[in-house]
Amino acid sequence: MKHIQLLLMRTVLAMVLTFVSGMALADSIRFATTTSTYNSGLLDYLLDHYAKVSETEVQVISVGTGKALRMGENGDVDLVMTHAPDAEARFIGEGFGIEPRSVMYNDFVLVGPKEDAAHVSLAHTVTKGLSLIMASNQRFISRGDDSGTHKKELQLWQHLGSLPTFAGYLESGRGMGHSLQMASEMGAYTMTDRGTWLALKDKLELRLVLEDDPQLLNPYQIILVNPARHPHVNVNSAREFAQWMVSSAGQEIIGKFRINDEVLFVPSAQ
Amino acid sequence: MNDLWTTFSTAIAQLLSGDPELWGIVGVSFSVSASALLIALLPALSAGFMLAYFRFPGRWIAISVLNSLLAVPTVVVGLVLYMLLSRAGPLGDLNLLFTRPAMIIGQILLCFPLLVAMSLSAFQAADYRVLETAKTLGANPWQAFITLLFEVRFALLAAVVTAFGRIIAEVGSAMMVGGNILHHTRNITTAIALETGKGEFVQGVALGIVLLVMALVLNVSLGWMQSHSRVLRHGT
Repeated sequence: MKHIQLLLMRTVLAMVLTFVSGMALADSIRFATTTSTYNSGLLDYLLDHYAKVSETEVQVISVGTGKALRMGENGDVDLVMTHAPDAEARFIGEGFGIEPRSVMYNDFVLVGPKEDAAHVSLAHTVTKGLSLIMASNQRFISRGDDSGTHKKELQLWQHLGSLPTFAGYLESGRGMGHSLQMASEMGAYTMTDRGTWLALKDKLELRLVLEDDPQLLNPYQIILVNPARHPHVNVNSAREFAQWMVSSAGQEIIGKFRINDEVLFVPSAQ
Repeated sequence: MNDLWTTFSTAIAQLLSGDPELWGIVGVSFSVSASALLIALLPALSAGFMLAYFRFPGRWIAISVLNSLLAVPTVVVGLVLYMLLSRAGPLGDLNLLFTRPAMIIGQILLCFPLLVAMSLSAFQAADYRVLETAKTLGANPWQAFITLLFEVRFALLAAVVTAFGRIIAEVGSAMMVGGNILHHTRNITTAIALETGKGEFVQGVALGIVLLVMALVLNVSLGWMQSHSRVLRHGT
């Protein structure tokens, strides 16, 4: 009985300690951002550097762009970094976000099975590439999660006239990393941001089949949640962090981030 | 991925090296699930006791509702809690979304029905005469309750172990209301989901091993206690 009491007391003590240590942090912000920046490792890299210059702890919640903006709308986070220009414009237009700043860009690429049965690598434009996949009814994994990548992909299909309805078109409903792995396991094509692709490609049975179409540009913006809408947000610390991201220091770190000697994101703040 | 054995052995090595990030994640899982269980335990046992020994109108409805709650998926609990705790929701002012207390609330909701249902059947299986005898010997209701608790302790321990197993292994609610924030709300299961997304199977396997070993230890010690006590009883 004594043992159990002792064990119980220890557990309670450990719990109290974890709570207290969690609360002892003076200042923190909640930062909703996309799976593409998180899965590639960029954010961990950036935040390690930010921790050297700031006391503010940045708590990252990595979700799709649609969900990140939704969290901003509800005031559940202090700032967002997303990559869907139309949705971001709406977010700001409706008064949910303020002070948008462009931070960086990378681009999307089409990847597919090594044998490239649809011959996408012979196409020069992404629209042509997608139409080849559709015409040969190859498998294509769509994120299907209202993320920035998903929005972009739907927009590209729309250039072809209609939303994809061929049998090989599958929605994963998951993040970029999971979707790439599904494509790899199933021998399917998919569209991915270059960052996640470079970070994961060694682990995948896929190859890059199409790139360098201006239509595939992927710009990221950082946006503060409007304190007029949600007075509780930590706007000062959020602004400080956003300013650091677009400062020459932050931009230099983004430009320096590499995986296997390849640049993943190009800093773009003016 | 090609070499299962390499993944597995690297995972073991990572665990043994005492990787602070890895063990921090394990710590989050244990503190959240242990808190949820401790908070839910006494109310749940009392509810199970009352359902077993008191007859009141609507009792069978309560039991049916309880049994249905056992089947509620963790993501549904997560979704409902998310909507309640969001800034846009009715409890938004508590500022609990994406915190450990939010994860604890979710896990309380998940283990409460299980604890009630399992303790209910434990109390029902107990010999009613224990209670009667205790009362005849002058025990007040509280003492009688304690006596009975002791009588069915192994069935209750089994309930606790099962409940702990359910909540420490759940990912749906923890991911939604916790938000998978490193050092704060990233626990074993949400970390596994994230790491596999990054194609990092090693950490996922390492964390999976921790869960498995824990389940094994808990169940083996439960079994040992049960058989040990039986030996004692028959031995004297």
